[in-house]
Order: sequence, then structure tokens, then C-alpha cells
Amino acid sequence: MKYLILRRVVQILILALFAFSAFDFILKGDLSSSKLFSTIPLSDPFAVLQIYLASFSIDFMALLGACVVLVLYGVFLGRAFCAWVCPVNLITDFAAFVRVKFGFKSNKSLVLSKNLRYYLLILVLILSFTLSLPVFEGISYIGIVHRGIIFGGASWLFVAFVIFCIDAFLSPRATCSHLCPLGAFYALMTRFALLKIEHKVSKCTKCYHCVSVCPEKQVLWMIGKESASVNSGECIRCGRCIDVCNDDALSFNIFDLRKKDEK
Amino acid sequence: MESRREFFIKSFKGLCLCAGGGFLATLALKADEGVFLRPPGAEDEERFLSKCIRCGLCVKACPYDTLKLASLLDAPANGTPFFKPREIPCYLCEDIPCIKDCPTDALDKNYLKKENGVKELKMGIAIVDSASCVAHWGIQCDACYRACPLIDKALKIETKRNERTAKHAFLLPVVDHEYCVGCGLCEKACITEEAAIRVLPRNYVLGKAGAHYVKGWDKQDENKLKNVGTQRKLDDKKAKDYLNAEDLL
Repeated sequence: MKYLILRRVVQILILALFAFSAFDFILKGDLSSSKLFSTIPLSDPFAVLQIYLASFSIDFMALLGACVVLVLYGVFLGRAFCAWVCPVNLITDFAAFVRVKFGFKSNKSLVLSKNLRYYLLILVLILSFTLSLPVFEGISYIGIVHRGIIFGGASWLFVAFVIFCIDAFLSPRATCSHLCPLGAFYALMTRFALLKIEHKVSKCTKCYHCVSVCPEKQVLWMIGKESASVNSGECIRCGRCIDVCNDDALSFNIFDLRKKDEK
Repeated sequence: MESRREFFIKSFKGLCLCAGGGFLATLALKADEGVFLRPPGAEDEERFLSKCIRCGLCVKACPYDTLKLASLLDAPANGTPFFKPREIPCYLCEDIPCIKDCPTDALDKNYLKKENGVKELKMGIAIVDSASCVAHWGIQCDACYRACPLIDKALKIETKRNERTAKHAFLLPVVDHEYCVGCGLCEKACITEEAAIRVLPRNYVLGKAGAHYVKGWDKQDENKLKNVGTQRKLDDKKAKDYLNAEDLL
């Protein structure tokens, strides 16, 4: 449970830092673009890319902010944004919880391809270029929910409800791991990030608890088969698999390279 | 028992999906007509929308809480900043902090360099509704005139004889479109129940005369007359043909 609790604390802490203007000196703005300690710019690299395609010019501050975020996730944390920062994760995790509790686990009204998000990503980029609008920013449910929480208002609650309905009743984990183009963007950009989940086959008892809780099951192909690190960019580093593993076969691992040499 | 449980689950599911779908349908059907003003430096709506990252840093930068971010149910595109002058107008800060804090240049940074800064902004234009403005009735009121930060430039008082009393003057507020920046301080100050002077987006209000008119009093304009052929080519037959053709009516 420790990573789950830690993750919730981080998620809510980040929301609180954004939401209360008393903390403006720490974090100001929202997930699209913000300022850390009033000096370090942070920008959503996907939004910046769309704006660049839409207007063919980009301000230096936004570019710098995008680079900071890209380096942070691309080099170190991987797709951790989805599990540790994004407020939509709270909703989809709750939907997954309801799914299990109510017992319509196997109920799939809608079968979506895992690759759908990549097609949507390409579609968003093409439409941004042709319509001269940052298309995903216009409809981004992440933005709507996040802004709703930090700037107030009520209409975001309905959007959150719709996301919940899709995930709980139509298709499991649909929003985050089948539809979201931002998640797909991070999956592509963070393919070689250092922070990884490591699996030791010698300790594994093949209970497959980890696979059953994983939001992106396809990345855990090696469970029970061989010792390997999760190399896919699609892993959101949520640590659920580590939490449920009773055999200590899974762990976070930053210095993948060094450990390989020791073997 | 099992089937009853299933029934409740299914009904709950159906209910939630209907509610969710209904909300999406409402959004799709919502006609997002409505007049709103953009923050400083966002005159060109198309350029603004292509660059705005919807981060709300301009909203946070505004010391008067003028700017709001649009939610899904507001008229402007969701997440973009706008303001309603009757609630909180733009107080025209000299250093324009909202433009300064914009990370993507959606609010045009050129205004920070311009000589007159805020005075060159064009957020909207004030329009006087003469039917409900009490000054037009003959009651003395110059609230908007006094509130205007560009007093006597953007908003002037025009005096006119009041024929009804024959001994008073009308003091009529008149907006000069060349100076008015559209800050909305006049709309905020207006004393009537609903503001009789309103700030509207410029493209809703202003016309365009076209380039072919020549202002005789403008030296620059006279240049248009250079190299213009003055020979008019008239077709004598045209008028006759027109009258003789039977498709007049």
C-alpha cells in the first residue's frame, strides 16, 4: 500500500499547491503551463508542440518550460505524470475500484485498441496544423478537470462524471490507457527513462496479482518468465505491482545499467 | 437475490450512462453565442486562440481579479481568459502584468515595448445607448466621463442645447474610437440599472469605410490620387439600352 498512499499524497499535494493562492510562490498556473518558485517555467510539451504546429512560433519561456518537463520525465521519471500528477488518474482509479467492488470486472461494452491513443495523437497533431488551433487543449478533459479544481466552477464535475462512466461501465481503463493522446505522447517521449520497474524471476511465485492490478497490463509480459526491467514507455510507474507483490519480486530501480553489470 | 442485485447494478449503470450522455449532448447543443472581452494583447481572436495554452497565469497575474478562465458553460472557448467589465473592468496597469506573465506570447508582448503601452491596447470599444443614458434625457450625469482613464480623449462631453427646457444643455458622452482601449471603467461606473455605456468587442461594432475614399484634409490620403486615370469611360448606349429593354419591371 505504501506507493498507493504516497501517490495519493503527491497527487493531492500538487493540486493543493496549484489551488491555493497562498502557495503561489511555489507553484502558479496549471498543468498546461506554470511557474515553479516564480522562476522555473514548466509547460506541457504536448501543448507546446500543438501550439507550435498551430501558429509556427513559440515563446522562449514556453519552450524552456517544455524542455524542463521533457527532460524530467524523458530522462528520469518516465510516464510518471499519468500516475503521480494527472488529476484524471484519481477518477479513473476510482472507476477501476468501483468496477472491482461492483463485480462487473469482465463487463466490456466497448472494446478499444491499445493503439487507438496513438492514432488519436497523430490526429490531434494533424488537426492542430490544419485548423491552426491547439486541438487537444480545446477539448482536454485533463485541463477541464484540473482547471475546474483549481479555479473553481461546477461544470468540470460533469466531465469527471462522464470519464467515470466511461471507465466504470463501458470499457475498463479506457480513458487513460486507450484514449488519452497525452499519455501516448508521454509513452513515446519517455521510452528510455531511467526509473524502471525491475522483475526478478527467481523470487516470483507466478500469482499474477501484479498483472491483475496493472493499468497497462501489456508492459508486464515478463512476469514469471524472465528477470527483466519494464522497458516499455507505456508503464506509468504507479507502483501498484510492487504494492501487491508479496514475494518481493518487483521493485523500483533507477540505475538499471549498473545492476546489469553486477549479474 | 442474485438477479435483484444484478437488476440494481444494471439500472444504476444505465442511469449513470444516460446522465453522462445527457450532459455531453447539452454541451454539444449549447449555442455559445455571447459577447465577451479578451485580456490586453489578445485583439486578434484567431491568433490568440492558436497560441493560448490555457494556463491561467494571466488570471493569477491580474492584481484586480479582472480576468476569469472560461469554464465549459461560458461563452468563450473553454479555459481561455476573458473579463466582464460591468463586474470588474480592466484597470490598465502601466506594466501590464498579464501580458508579462503569459508564457506563450498569446497576449502580444509587443505592447510591453510600445511607447504608449496600455494606451495603445484595443480590447473593445465603448458604445453609448442613447435611449437609456440619462445624460441624453437631460439629467446631469458624467459618471462614465469621469471614470475614463483617457478622459477627454477616449470619452468626451459634447454639449447640445436642450430644446425641451430651452435653457439647459445636454452633456452627452461621446466615444472616440481611435483612443478608446475598451477597459470598461465607464461601463463599471455607469449609474443606470443596466449599463447604458457598454464595452463590446471591436469587430462586433466597428465598420470599415474601404480604402477608396479620399480625405481631402489628409495630406497622406491625397497620395491615393497620384497616377489615377481620370478619364471616365462611358458607354452612350448603355442608358438607352437600359430604358428600352423591357425587363424593367
